[in-house]
Amino acid sequence: MGLGAYLTLAAALFAIGLFGVITRRNTIGILLGIELMLNAVNINLVAFARFNADVVGMIFTVFTICITVAEVALGLAITILIFRIRRTVVADHLDLLKG
Amino acid sequence: MTLEAITFWALGAVLLASALMVVLTKNLFHSVLYLALSLTSTAGVFLALDAEFLAFIQLLLYAVGVTTIAVIAILVTERLVGARITQTSRHIVTGLIVSGALLAAVLGFLRGVPLPIERPPLAVDVTRAIGQVLLTEFVLPFELLAVLLLVGLLGALYFARPDE
Repeated sequence: MGLGAYLTLAAALFAIGLFGVITRRNTIGILLGIELMLNAVNINLVAFARFNADVVGMIFTVFTICITVAEVALGLAITILIFRIRRTVVADHLDLLKG
Repeated sequence: MTLEAITFWALGAVLLASALMVVLTKNLFHSVLYLALSLTSTAGVFLALDAEFLAFIQLLLYAVGVTTIAVIAILVTERLVGARITQTSRHIVTGLIVSGALLAAVLGFLRGVPLPIERPPLAVDVTRAIGQVLLTEFVLPFELLAVLLLVGLLGALYFARPDE
């Protein structure tokens, strides 16, 4: 399979994740959509690294995977905190900053 | 059809189907389980791209770690049994238009660019090369990453601490 097939797969995965981010009401659901999008980016990085026979792209993938895990841990901790304060995690109800 | 093509299509089908289920299923808990499936099949895609080390990192950190954290967050914020777990979607038409336009744009761009079909042979063992480059050329970002993970861990603990 050529590079284009992997990039197409990653693009489709990214679009699905974006759809999830836009349509989900629950904050945790939105975070899951962001996960899918970051996953698509990782596939792109690894595919480009492999088809250029260069490991630097794979090292970037190590970094992005670790940063994503930290981001998810923090995001879910913030979600738990918001739930404790507002008793809801539905994004439409979290409008404290709305004028 | 070669073995590689069969592997790619099978993995891609599982990956896209489970990703669709993540964003479409009503039950949030099922959504997380489908996310675990799609992350695992991403590890399979990494294996198909000769990146064994990354596949195992993906399995350990992502597929197990993220899923566990997400399930715990659901446990804390929703009730697993009962009707509270269901979630609805909004702006479905907007989401379809935006993501469809993005997909069309990327695919249109990909069609216009010459992309390599054959992958060059690997001169070295990928895992060994990753380890060597990570601890020589990229040692500073690597250490910064350790600091970032520590800060993230402490921050998450601080946010989710029990009430005094």
